[in-house]
Amino acid sequence: MEREVKEQLKDKCRQIRYLTIDEIGELGVGHVGGSMSIVDALVVLYYRAMNVDPENPRMEGRDRLVLSKGHAGPALYAVLADKGYFDREWLYTLNKPNTNLPSHADMNRTPGVDMTTGSLGQGFSCAVGVALGSRIKGDGAYTYAVIGDGESDEGLVWEAAMYAAHKKLERLIAFTDYNKMQIDGKVADVNALEPLADKWRSFGWNVYEADGHDVEAIDSAITLAKTQKGKPSMILLHTWKGKGVSFLEEKWENNHNVEISPEMRRRALEELGEVH
Amino acid sequence: MYETMEMRAVLAGLLKEEMRRDETVMVLDADLARANGTLGLQQEFPERALDVGIAEANMACIAAGLSSYGFKPFIFSFCPFVTRRICDQAAISIAYAKRNVKIVGTDPGISAELNGGTHMSVEDVGVMRSIPGMVIFEPVDGDQLAKAMPEIFAYEGPVYIRLFRKAPAQSYFTDPEYRFQLMKADVMRAGTDVTLFATGIEAGEAMKAAALLEKEGTSAEVINVHTLKPVDTETAIASVRKTGCAVSCENHNVVGGLGSALAEAFAREYPVPMEYIGIQDHFGEVGRMPFLMEKFRMRAEDIAAAAKKVIAKK
Repeated sequence: MEREVKEQLKDKCRQIRYLTIDEIGELGVGHVGGSMSIVDALVVLYYRAMNVDPENPRMEGRDRLVLSKGHAGPALYAVLADKGYFDREWLYTLNKPNTNLPSHADMNRTPGVDMTTGSLGQGFSCAVGVALGSRIKGDGAYTYAVIGDGESDEGLVWEAAMYAAHKKLERLIAFTDYNKMQIDGKVADVNALEPLADKWRSFGWNVYEADGHDVEAIDSAITLAKTQKGKPSMILLHTWKGKGVSFLEEKWENNHNVEISPEMRRRALEELGEVH
Repeated sequence: MYETMEMRAVLAGLLKEEMRRDETVMVLDADLARANGTLGLQQEFPERALDVGIAEANMACIAAGLSSYGFKPFIFSFCPFVTRRICDQAAISIAYAKRNVKIVGTDPGISAELNGGTHMSVEDVGVMRSIPGMVIFEPVDGDQLAKAMPEIFAYEGPVYIRLFRKAPAQSYFTDPEYRFQLMKADVMRAGTDVTLFATGIEAGEAMKAAALLEKEGTSAEVINVHTLKPVDTETAIASVRKTGCAVSCENHNVVGGLGSALAEAFAREYPVPMEYIGIQDHFGEVGRMPFLMEKFRMRAEDIAAAAKKVIAKK
């Protein structure tokens, strides 16, 4: 990756984190931790990897993203607003009455959202249907899916994983936001996932691991996944819950759905720097 | 024209024609294609008739994903496995997400026979009826099913089809002039003293009950409520305004199904005495249908007795 491109993507991550905090801070509470941890992957997807058109959100043959960990909606909304899918002012309606930006992603309300998600496990299974649809249509599109590490406790994730491999859905590229935390504690303590890479391999997937806050590493994994034939790909993103804001990072054991007071919002935005 | 045909064969035949005509129609099975008569579709349409294995929740969400790509999937299994097992998937990925997925459940209620209590759906209508936007259709015979399918193919949105798999004991909708309307109940027989509201296999029992009652000088109206949601309150209330009482007859728990739907409508607009024929809030058990219908008091004789009881309450 060219140095200039990398710097641009890194700065974009900073801007998206700024918008995410500003958006959640407007209401004063929200799914901060898991939104901040997935920002870099969303930035690499929407600003580099995906074939999408904000002017035509339902363009045929577009690449699609299913945000199976639907509670990270605020991060996706920040990206979609920045890309121009809708007015940036919408961000300040997050979770307010009659908003088009509900807590969990909704394909019928938000331009650019490709699947309604929020009941964990379901989005990933829907993504297998999306990838199958693309295969039958023969449009050559890629289907991307993002699941949480806690979400991986759901049995439906593994039903879907099995069938995707059975159908050799090589244009399905999934990510696990492996931030090591779930609501009730550390993933390792609640219901251990390790050896996670081996699990996916044994389910018939190509598996890659990347630093989920390194845009170049994420981009390389996607590029590599696209060259693989006959198998879907899982990219395990090692991430940090609340990434980008020091006092949220320090609260990593309990920042899933938390208050962002006006003072916290001010401090966080100051740390993240200006967005124009 | 379908009297002697198994209803699964009627549906599979209609789907085959529709899949030839419309290349967005798909069929998904969960390892019961052999039981549901759809195995042949997998041979003719290897890309569009899929078997996901024994994973109904995955089947439901894959269908939702396919629907987002413009496909019109029909998902198949036994009734309990495409309702209570996938309640969350049907609610969120299909209904809440406004996906055009059709859900076909076979062997409703006691018709699961020797599969017994585990496979006997006593709650499927209750589960599906409480999901916003879900349409529920239960045909009486192959002819009614054949008349209904063009409307269901054209309907944009989720429909749960509650299908008796085998050939019905008797067909009632064989008149070539019969015009089916989804969401509009059919008056099978006019009467003045009591209305018997019936669905699925109980429609035939209700017709036999009306004949028994006629011998005793009681005039029973029989209405087939093939669309259980939204229930046709207009036809139902017009009938009880005339007869003054009702018996609901269903192959389902009396909690949450047809009887409940009617009682909700009557209580709001025109309260009348009611009796409820069906499974009396207990689980099913192994048995052939005649045994279970007798044990669970779902026969014509039971309906006639309930009619007399409810008439006395007027």
